[in-house]
Amino acid sequence: MIRRPALLLLFLLPVAAPAKDSCVECHTAMESAPALKFSKDVHQRRGFSCADCHGGDRNADDQDAAMSKAKGFRGKIARAAVPQLCAHCHSDANLMHKYMPQQRVDQYELYQTSVHGKRIASGDGAVANCVDCHSVHDIREVKDPQSPVHPLRLPETCARCHADAAHMAKYKIPTNQFEEYRKSVHWAALAQRGDLSAPSCASCHGNHGATPPQVSSVAAVCGNCHALVEDLYSKSPHQPAFAAMGAAGCVTCHGNHGVRLPSSAMLAGDKSVCAQCHTADSPEGKAAVEMAGMINGLNAALKNSDQVLRQAASSGMEVSEAMLRQQEAHATLVKARVAVHAFRVTAVSQLAQSGLAAAAETRRAGENALKERDYRRMGLGVALLAILATMAGLWLALRAIERPPQAPAGAGRR
Amino acid sequence: MEGAKANTGGLSGWLEERLGLSAIREFLAHKTVPVHSGTMWYYFGGITLFLFVIQVLTGILLLLYYRPTTTEAYESVQFIVTRVQFGWLVRSIHSWSANLMIFTAMVHMFSVVFLRSYRRPREVTWLSGIALLCLALGFGFSGYLLPWNTISYFATKVGTDMAASLPGIGPALARFLRGGEDVGGATLTRFFGFHVAVLPGLTTVLLLVHLILVQKQGISSPPWVERKFQAQGGKAPQMPFFPNFFLREMMAWYAALAVLGSLAAIFPWELGEKADPFASAPAGIRPEWYFLAPFYTLKLIPSHVAFLEGELLGLLGFGLLAVFWILLPFWATNRQGMERTRLVTGAGVALLAYLATFSLLGYYK
Repeated sequence: MIRRPALLLLFLLPVAAPAKDSCVECHTAMESAPALKFSKDVHQRRGFSCADCHGGDRNADDQDAAMSKAKGFRGKIARAAVPQLCAHCHSDANLMHKYMPQQRVDQYELYQTSVHGKRIASGDGAVANCVDCHSVHDIREVKDPQSPVHPLRLPETCARCHADAAHMAKYKIPTNQFEEYRKSVHWAALAQRGDLSAPSCASCHGNHGATPPQVSSVAAVCGNCHALVEDLYSKSPHQPAFAAMGAAGCVTCHGNHGVRLPSSAMLAGDKSVCAQCHTADSPEGKAAVEMAGMINGLNAALKNSDQVLRQAASSGMEVSEAMLRQQEAHATLVKARVAVHAFRVTAVSQLAQSGLAAAAETRRAGENALKERDYRRMGLGVALLAILATMAGLWLALRAIERPPQAPAGAGRR
Repeated sequence: MEGAKANTGGLSGWLEERLGLSAIREFLAHKTVPVHSGTMWYYFGGITLFLFVIQVLTGILLLLYYRPTTTEAYESVQFIVTRVQFGWLVRSIHSWSANLMIFTAMVHMFSVVFLRSYRRPREVTWLSGIALLCLALGFGFSGYLLPWNTISYFATKVGTDMAASLPGIGPALARFLRGGEDVGGATLTRFFGFHVAVLPGLTTVLLLVHLILVQKQGISSPPWVERKFQAQGGKAPQMPFFPNFFLREMMAWYAALAVLGSLAAIFPWELGEKADPFASAPAGIRPEWYFLAPFYTLKLIPSHVAFLEGELLGLLGFGLLAVFWILLPFWATNRQGMERTRLVTGAGVALLAYLATFSLLGYYK
């Protein structure tokens, strides 16, 4: 049984005394930037201290003792030594399991295979190491939107070096990737639609094992997401032809960083990519124009039936079944566009015919619904007239009933 | 002698002998309705009855095709509105007349309050009318789920969740309504049962009680009309129920039919998308207009007020308000028999203003 004064004492005790950290205490007092930033760092929140990377004794009050080489103090970490230092913990599966059981532990191994890793190993300290991408002293989890490697911020982080002409001069690689990427359909999906699964730099180049895709692997990179297109392309006459020319597959027509929204204009017209190799009167040039015509025709037919169905739906008509069929027809248009990558007219025409039949069917359903709407409104008009006539009859009957009785003729003369 | 009696009057004589129609004729010939500036409000009771009859008739037609299971309910309503001849009209009239019926029932209730028709000896008529309004709301709540579309599914979830938050009986009541822990096939089956069997049965009995009481006690004149003519030593003017009032009531029914037909034809009742219990609730979900005021009020109450949960506090408040309103005829007169006229008018105006304002806020916010 605890006596009352003893119970009071329990309230006076601190709940849990924080671990001493003389590094943070002194460097915060000195208003040093790393110490001030460290409070936001994921490592600080998990109980790690400056001394875990920089060495020294966090418990010592004396400056010399805290930063004593005898206690392993390393001071500022050399750029080339950063990956190994991070890997000390991040490659340790037992340690990482305590803090983030799902975290991979192969980042350092991958990094060593990357261009960045190989160059740093050869003594080039200017290439990216862990902290260049993940930041330092205020490292956040990747899923944190403020992290520089969060999917929405990653392209800008890569661009910090890769769009810097001075920095890239000695590597003789272009610096327009970010500028191009920001015009691409992938950037629109990522930044405008907020689709975090949309591809950014690391999706094609890898993250820790960042390597430029070689000509032979480009199709495989695009095919990770566009599997059906890759399959059609690999069976098409273009695949062996491009391979023989040493040209990359997808990027030859679509470009790489600045992939634009594809349209039938890529097949025929002024902006045709087919025309770069095939003349308009060649069989291939004619086939491209024919495929573009089919896709444009289906697109126009679908827009037309969309409009009729929308009009019927906004009039309150039940056209959900036709709408469902219309969705299927739109899916057929997508398939027809994909089928272009087989580079055979028949592959596109089969789908285009099926889509056109569906579009005609849904248009008919919409037109019937509009006819039905007009019929209903006409019926309503007739019914309202009948109701009004009945009401008028009732009113006349009432008037007749309530009319005061007239005095008989000649009654006034008496 | 018997043979001679049977021959007199032809068919009317034959019916008279068996049904005693002369008593009904006699009753109608002497039944009158007060005539004053507020006579038009008397039509709303009849319009509500007319809309109820339309509900029953269209409901029976819908029953021919409707199937109350989660796999077939939506499809059967879709079949009714797309494939069945005039099915769209029947369904649209059923839905619109349900809403109009609740509206006219409310107008009827407030007219009773402002014309002081609840006064002695009509307290039981008032109570039966309030019970009928509650049953109409029950019809609305149970019928809303039957098409098994997204909005109705989540509205029923919200509604039964509210019932679950009641102290004591809440969880058991919610389980009873849902037929399980969550809204599902069992809920649909029992809501269908409530909608087509339990509620119509109760309504028929109560409606008969309500109508018999109205016939027994006659139609009330407002006290100020009675006082005016008593002061002049006469009686408030009356019109014969048949045919004068009856013909006017028929005109009102035809007008209601014209409004109902126009709404049903120009704005067919939407079916929406089939309910998906695994999908997240759509944004901006809200109940039917007659539940909007309490729904919006509950949204405004903080999650916790002192030691009580906000929702519970709101429901208790509505409960107290409902009891206060139901007992109106009993507190509208003080112990000395004097009428609390200002209090009743104030309460009526306040309730009307609250329902109108919060329904509009609930709709637009």
